[in-house]
Amino acid sequence: MEDRIAAYITRTREKALEQARAVDRQIRNGEKISPLAGIPVAVKDNICTDGILTTAASRMLAGFVPPYSATVVKRLEAAGATLPGKTNLDEFAMGSSTENSAFFTTRNPWDTGRVPGGSSGGSAAAVACGEAVCALGSDTGGSIRLPASFCGVIGFKPTYGAVSRYGLIAFASSLDQIGPFSRDVTDCALLLNAICGHDPLDSTSARFDVPDFTRFLVNDIRGMKIGVPEEYMAEGINSGVREVVVKAIALLESLGASVEYTNLPHTEYALSTYYLIAPAEASSNLARYDGVRYGFRAAKTSDVMDMFMKTRSQGFGAEVKRRIMLGTYALSAGYYDAYYLKALKVRTLIKEDFDRAFEKYDLLVSPVSPTTAFRCGEKTGDPLEMYLSDICTISLNLAGIPGMSIPCGFVEGMPVGLQLMGKHFDEGTLLRAAYTFEQNSDYHRAFPVL
Amino acid sequence: MTNYETVIGLEVHVELKTRSKIFCDSTTEFGGEPNTHVCPVCLGLPGVLPVVNKTVVEYAIRAALALNCQIAGFSKFDRKNYYYPDMPKNYQISQYDLPIAGHGYLDIDVNNEVRRIGITRLHMEEDTGKLVHQGTITTTPYSLVDYNRAGVPLVEIVSGPDLRSPEEARVYMEKLKTIIQYTGVSDCKMEEGSLRCDANISIRPVGNEQFGTKTEIKNLNSFKALYRALSYEVERQTGVLNKGGRIVQETRTWDEREGVTLPLRSKEYAHDYRYFPDPDLVPMIIDPEWVEDIRRSLPELPDARRERYMQEYGLPGYDAGILTSTKELADFFESCVSAYPNPKAVSNWMMGDLSRLLNAGGVELTACKIKPAQLASLLQLMDEGIISGRIAKTVFEEMFASGKDPGDIVKEKGLVQISDKSAIMAVVEDVLAKNPKSAADFRAGKERALGFLVGQVMKTTRGKANPELVDKLLKEKLLQEKL
Amino acid sequence: MVTREDVEHVALLGRLELTEEEKEIYTRQLNDILGHFQALQRLDTGNIQPTAHVLPLKNVYREDWVGQHMPREDALANCPDRDENYFKVPKIV
Repeated sequence: MEDRIAAYITRTREKALEQARAVDRQIRNGEKISPLAGIPVAVKDNICTDGILTTAASRMLAGFVPPYSATVVKRLEAAGATLPGKTNLDEFAMGSSTENSAFFTTRNPWDTGRVPGGSSGGSAAAVACGEAVCALGSDTGGSIRLPASFCGVIGFKPTYGAVSRYGLIAFASSLDQIGPFSRDVTDCALLLNAICGHDPLDSTSARFDVPDFTRFLVNDIRGMKIGVPEEYMAEGINSGVREVVVKAIALLESLGASVEYTNLPHTEYALSTYYLIAPAEASSNLARYDGVRYGFRAAKTSDVMDMFMKTRSQGFGAEVKRRIMLGTYALSAGYYDAYYLKALKVRTLIKEDFDRAFEKYDLLVSPVSPTTAFRCGEKTGDPLEMYLSDICTISLNLAGIPGMSIPCGFVEGMPVGLQLMGKHFDEGTLLRAAYTFEQNSDYHRAFPVL
Repeated sequence: MTNYETVIGLEVHVELKTRSKIFCDSTTEFGGEPNTHVCPVCLGLPGVLPVVNKTVVEYAIRAALALNCQIAGFSKFDRKNYYYPDMPKNYQISQYDLPIAGHGYLDIDVNNEVRRIGITRLHMEEDTGKLVHQGTITTTPYSLVDYNRAGVPLVEIVSGPDLRSPEEARVYMEKLKTIIQYTGVSDCKMEEGSLRCDANISIRPVGNEQFGTKTEIKNLNSFKALYRALSYEVERQTGVLNKGGRIVQETRTWDEREGVTLPLRSKEYAHDYRYFPDPDLVPMIIDPEWVEDIRRSLPELPDARRERYMQEYGLPGYDAGILTSTKELADFFESCVSAYPNPKAVSNWMMGDLSRLLNAGGVELTACKIKPAQLASLLQLMDEGIISGRIAKTVFEEMFASGKDPGDIVKEKGLVQISDKSAIMAVVEDVLAKNPKSAADFRAGKERALGFLVGQVMKTTRGKANPELVDKLLKEKLLQEKL
Repeated sequence: MVTREDVEHVALLGRLELTEEEKEIYTRQLNDILGHFQALQRLDTGNIQPTAHVLPLKNVYREDWVGQHMPREDALANCPDRDENYFKVPKIV
């Protein structure tokens, strides 16, 4: 299986077995075990694991073994989950197809000629083909939801600040958020229970009362007010995808929700806003990869400047370099106001669009992506074309709101994801809608034939 | 030839003596084996995040209030992006457009004139690691990096372009050091780098409003270096302009050995720090009540204390200035005066014998074995006539060496003054008998002979005889015999 | 309009050594991307406050306590070149 899908950068069978044996001992001793005890949860390879190779799929970190674990990894360990391995991604989580991995491309289990989506493609594919029961990914502009959609699994991006970022190799700090992949909504809720909560090591981590997310696993959405932003159903969306999504919305309505079309008027500016803010932050976050303290260092350099230049040129791939260039440009003297500051202001407008919508609706729904999984190599030549894959997902990161992708049908045998969007810290409403949809449909039972 | 006026502004970095670093819980302790005072955060490992040490903010506010600054209601941290191997993240977390404080001032005394120097801003930032070179930075085949210092909290204090001479710059720097030390937020040890200074300097024709082109001087690691480098730079710039040349805006470094400033050989890598708000840190809304609490906890500062010493203790301005130049000295003085209420006498001993012994031994006042109460009791012993002033000096030296109480020293060494008339008379008679010539000289009207005779009596009694009594008895005896 | 000189300048700021071909490509792509982003300039954002943080978080502090340090070998374990207890780098200038 792994030969054909290539979901993992590092497999940690020994570690997983050791963890599983510990759980067995607990069971034999009659100890109370957590619902995640012994469950294999794969971890995206941009999340640090103490003593286990963590590469961010970059040549820059090809041999990097962190001396510490991310807060989410510690929380999973505390919950008794086992670690089957570290999953592939687009280098430093920059991409929408996992083709930007410096090592290899992960394949979509539904069609190995197609991409699994990105950047958390390895995590999505591993869950889709059963190599892991659940997985963690990170989502900066759609990196959990897009691959979940392409691979037909559940992907959840929590509210910004709900999950600690400590130990997540930063791409864009004000947008990054860790979240789970699973095959059903129940597992998703269990993983959220394990990973959500305040962390004193992350200043942007919110202090909030973490609910028991399983209490939202209720098959009832009667009276729920759902809005469908027209901008997300407009001409850029593939007609097959739109049809599937419209059908899914009709199902929600038939289950007792009220559905209305609405508007998020600044949607058209989201892509530009995102692709200024995210690369700007990335250009600074990735400055530390210089060959001094860890990671790759270019051979034969004459002085420190030369070492910095050669190390970074040889250590980073094309997309990472492109974003460093773009972000550096957006922050540089003379352009800061026109690009970066402008983007932060438009971000306010985008966030206010959502604030207004959530005054009227409990939930917004849309497609996750304008298309189903595209063919490998199809978009690698045109970065802008690739960026457009994120058109439906990036606004949520800009606004910091939770978003979820649930399987809602197929177009020509490829899965389509329905995106659920909620208010800050209202993960519960998303789970309730997703659970109700799941109980009244069969899409999550479909399994790729490999 | 044109007359030029010098314009100087100083950027002073002060390391704050919190226990832990500004964004992580590694120790700030100076020294330590290389790369042992580090953790994933201050090493800038992938995935780590900063969390602000609250005491850093408190200390910054404390220093700012002592410099008459206004504290910002809203402040934030920004990233200053530039590459250097001593900087783990290749950006420094600093403050850009919304520093914690600004609009302050400090007054300096130059040639008996008070000059008010503006403090433009005070902001918090993290220190860098240290580079170790084999030889100098230009000749070393490679460099070594120690990140122990990376993340130690700093405040940067930027003065206005208000200083008009190297002397003013030196006095400003000394005053700043004194004030910061008073607040207790830093040791301000220039030799350990906890107080560092860069200077911006330009000259302009007297009467001109417009500033000349400035140079920035780095590596000013002592008050002397600051003064000498700036004096050199004034001369250099004057020379350039007088020859019809142009000042190049550049960064120069002070070469202590050669006594010159030299341009830093940077391969013109365009400097563009690309400041932006650090997304890993959240804004600070400074509670005015917190600021007032900190203000109330400030000690009396040097200017106020000096004024009080002149008013309350009647000390001359010179004495008051020296005694308040460090908080330790002033605290010592006051503690001593409270036990021995003769301020001028205490001042004389502190500025005289105490300071002489401290300097000679290279000892800090904080490490001095003599405690204020002990100096007070020494002065008491003199007043009570138990020891003479001369013996007191001997006792003081012994106190300085051993830290013993003066009373114990006097007792142990039998230094109690001899005030017994008959005992002294016996010595007087003996001395006169042995020195008939001096006695005759005195009687012949040579007053100076008396001094010699007194000296002989003191020598015989090993200094213990009450000098006034010796004087009196000698005169009596000499005059008696003359009759 | 992003010029080739802009690309060279930005590459230097970001410490990236670009081949002639890469300079060519990035000049074109940055123009494409930023050209697309010109749409932003149409929006009047005169009175709009920038959003640097989506959550209204403020005053997040830690107490001034010293914690565990890393064993030095852990600190140096991943470094590409070392000299005993130091990180080693080529000469600075």
